[in-house]
Amino acid sequence: MLTKRIIPCLDVKNGYVVKGIKFKNHEIVGSILDLASKYNEEGADELVFYDIGASTYDGIVSKEWVKQIAELINIPFCVAGGIKNLKDARDILNNGADKISINSPALANPNLIQELANEFGSQCVVVGIDSRYTDNKYIVYSNTGDEKTIKNTQIETKAWIDQVQNLGAGEIVLNCMNKDGVRDGYDINQLNIMLKNCDVPLIASGGAGTKGHFKDVLTKTKSSGALAASVFHKDLIKINELKDFLRKNSINIRY
Amino acid sequence: MKIGIVDCGGANLNSIYYSFKRLNIDSFISNSIDELSQMDALVLPGVGSAGKVMDTLSKKNLVSFIRETNKPLLGICIGMQILFDYSEEDNTKCLGLIKGNITKFNKKDVIAVPQMGWNKVECKLDNTLDGYYYFANSYFNKDSDYTVGYTSYGNQFSSIIKKDNLLGCQFHPEKSSTAGEMFLKNFINSI
Repeated sequence: MLTKRIIPCLDVKNGYVVKGIKFKNHEIVGSILDLASKYNEEGADELVFYDIGASTYDGIVSKEWVKQIAELINIPFCVAGGIKNLKDARDILNNGADKISINSPALANPNLIQELANEFGSQCVVVGIDSRYTDNKYIVYSNTGDEKTIKNTQIETKAWIDQVQNLGAGEIVLNCMNKDGVRDGYDINQLNIMLKNCDVPLIASGGAGTKGHFKDVLTKTKSSGALAASVFHKDLIKINELKDFLRKNSINIRY
Repeated sequence: MKIGIVDCGGANLNSIYYSFKRLNIDSFISNSIDELSQMDALVLPGVGSAGKVMDTLSKKNLVSFIRETNKPLLGICIGMQILFDYSEEDNTKCLGLIKGNITKFNKKDVIAVPQMGWNKVECKLDNTLDGYYYFANSYFNKDSDYTVGYTSYGNQFSSIIKKDNLLGCQFHPEKSSTAGEMFLKNFINSI
């Protein structure tokens, strides 16, 4: 049986791993390679590197650190941020990333999802979705890396999930923005609504604060994995201890 | 010892190269028959789709070379799938080295397609290879005369195959942590 994945997300800005509360006030938490190596050794199932500056400032993801990560770790990793075309994606995949994740560029040009899936296969193509409960609806936001650029797309999250699947996305990371960085639990309600018609793997993001929150999201929803950042970076939760705890609670987790 | 990584298109050929490097094994990425002929063993990595990989092999005139080689050959993911007769993906005629077909996971049987993540492999030949490996696939072979490792996703499928000089794995050993390293070492030791 396929195990549930525990995925530390490393938000990268100007070459460092950073973390902000509700996407604001970013603080440096460490070096990319040090944290990648630490999480690999602690038993992370996969890593996500989110270049949060890239899309916002119309930049491109620097490839050198991608190559260094690929040389260093022997678990899969995904790179997100500023991938706007096939060339950007190819450069990152050729440098050793297993998947690329697109968010704002997919909203600007949904066909990019199809182009990437046709070229590299759906298993390489992750779509990141930043969703916030707004006026009694779940709405997709774009360019969320900086409070100056954040934009309400007016697109309902459920409709966007349908569309990205039809275009060939192989995985979705659903970041529930109301929960980001506040550590009071995953958005179980929203996740269950969105998972109803989701046939591709969906990774829950936003809200992890305790081991119990991981247990809740992996038992109360069909999420394929749980992504978190600050609780790991700040050593509030150790991945090996978290995985022991989840196994004791009869969740199928890799040793 | 030198291992040739067959450049059959797709991205991410470097992952397997880095993986051998971590094990102190020299490997070379190439699509030239001259260069690949000088290697002690071959790896067919195969990322992308069955149709694209077969297309590339055929454009580079590598189809007969791979079909006829006696060198130890490891097919990874689509690199394993194309060892079979046929793949439903892109309606592709494959290398035909192993009898059997590749079909798509049925959404009714599984939680999500593609299968993405770590799943358990049970190896009939060698239980030291049992463990969790990383998978990322929408297509699979159900069973074959040469299946030696099984995994369950909805139903049971072939996760390791072995026939003469051919070894294939549906998972990505280069991304499967210490279990994957063991698997690759085992391949290297068999050369």
